[in-house]
Amino acid sequence: RWDVLVLTPWLAPIVWEGTFNRDILNAQYMEKNLVTGVVTFAVKKFWFFIQGFMSSANKYFLAGHQVNFYLFPDNPEQISHLQIAPENHLFVIPVQNHSQWQNISMSHMDIIRRYICSQFQYEIDYLYYIDIDVQLFGHIGVEIIDTLVATISPWQYTTRRESKSYETCPESQAAIPKGEGDFYYTASFYGGSVAKIYKLTRACFKGVTEDRENDIEARWHDESHLNSYILYHKPTCLLSPEYYWDEEL
Amino acid sequence: GNGKVHYLPYYLPCPEIFSMKLQYTEEKPVQLFPQLFYQQPRVLAPERQDVLTITPWLAPIIWEGTFNSAILDSAYRPLNLTIGVTAFAIGKYTRFVGRFLESAEKHFMKGYQVNYYIFTDNPETIPNVQLQPGRRFVIVPIRKYPSWQEISMRRMEAINKHIAETSHQEVDYLFCLDIDMVFYNSWGPETLGDIVAAIHPGYFNVPRSQFPYERRSSSAAYIPDGEGDFYYGGAVFGGLVKKVYEFTRTCHMTILTDKANEIMAAWQEESHLNRHFLSHKPSKVLSPEYLWDDRKPKPPEVHLIRFSTVDKNYKEIRD
Repeated sequence: RWDVLVLTPWLAPIVWEGTFNRDILNAQYMEKNLVTGVVTFAVKKFWFFIQGFMSSANKYFLAGHQVNFYLFPDNPEQISHLQIAPENHLFVIPVQNHSQWQNISMSHMDIIRRYICSQFQYEIDYLYYIDIDVQLFGHIGVEIIDTLVATISPWQYTTRRESKSYETCPESQAAIPKGEGDFYYTASFYGGSVAKIYKLTRACFKGVTEDRENDIEARWHDESHLNSYILYHKPTCLLSPEYYWDEEL
Repeated sequence: GNGKVHYLPYYLPCPEIFSMKLQYTEEKPVQLFPQLFYQQPRVLAPERQDVLTITPWLAPIIWEGTFNSAILDSAYRPLNLTIGVTAFAIGKYTRFVGRFLESAEKHFMKGYQVNYYIFTDNPETIPNVQLQPGRRFVIVPIRKYPSWQEISMRRMEAINKHIAETSHQEVDYLFCLDIDMVFYNSWGPETLGDIVAAIHPGYFNVPRSQFPYERRSSSAAYIPDGEGDFYYGGAVFGGLVKKVYEFTRTCHMTILTDKANEIMAAWQEESHLNRHFLSHKPSKVLSPEYLWDDRKPKPPEVHLIRFSTVDKNYKEIRD
């Protein structure tokens, strides 16, 4: 791939189709006997997406390797029977519907952090968060497995940093000062080692809580906090917008 | 006598290496990047469109233009790392030590703590070179083997033993470099990685069928036709000290296996290194900027020569 940036200035790979050989990466992954988890939330009307997400992720996400799916619905009865591959596991963990919270997505960070502490760290090595309203149309494989992985947002990969959706209000914990910023990352698909994701979710939730106490809401909510955290804790691997594409683009 | 006969396998002359357990901390350093202002990276505008900058297993290939030194320094300097360098100056090769060290002081890991380990059979001939603060120089006495090939191949064993006895406690990263070379330009934290290899300057633009791999299947360094990623040079390799310990041990064992079978690989330990890196791929690959041969004309792809050979008369030096 000569047309795109495949290496960041801090030497993290940017994964595009054509830059990697999945067979080599699979061999390396299998040598280490790793288990990867996926966490996703299906709250309120989003239960509708469960079937589509689970059937496509089960087929295309790290196919052939053990994947633990951690599904957090607020209404478990609405989940129809889900088929999963023999090597995968599905954990359904009901959550409370925080209708008082302005944005449900804000508490996702805290839930993930708590469950890493109490459960995930004993079961998986790597953890990925994916929005439930996502369908996989092709294989997503072990090329995504690295210590801290963020996905470049498909809507903003061509814009200059001044026009990116970074939080500009300086009082917010998610603020990114003028003149800074590498890429704009989407909060719909990120992940990494369990330890690193623990730190990330803890930091983001801390930022959200502090903002709340000061009566501030970051413009893009947890995505603003994610971008702020990742600016200084640079990812060890970036996924190109191919990994999270919007059909409307 | 009438004592019990002990059959020590003769191909294991240093059993203590293989039973030594080393205590390491497993954690990679956490990379925190402080606030820094720099040009925005552009997704659709790669700096280098003329060379491969990432391997198929997603290891970076380091060329000028692919990295920002300020960003990397901002993350690495606060970690207080110590970088080790091993270099072998045996017999007449001691004449290269002065220039190697003087040029390293100018260009190698500026601003970091560096330990130079000069392995030599002739400590008195090693010149006293003035070093910058935070950098020191240690002479490691070793024996001289009868042939230059043997000297070359025993490096793996010597490095491995030295890591086990000494350097694992003193350095975080270790580079193993040839002594008959000079630094001409910056060699910095862009080179740090778990397992680091460098592309040989003679073979970066050549199909794998022409790589001088060991092609005899009776050798432990054998690489069949149709296989191979790059041809790595034996003059530069390194990584985390723990990883260097592991792969120097593996290479030394394959070298001894060949010795037991009375075969010597085409390019000595370089062949064994290539065999090893085919099955255990490096996490970072250095472009020929980091391992150049001054006898070659500089191609347009090589913007900067950082580390290169000193012109010498091989016949005169070797035996």
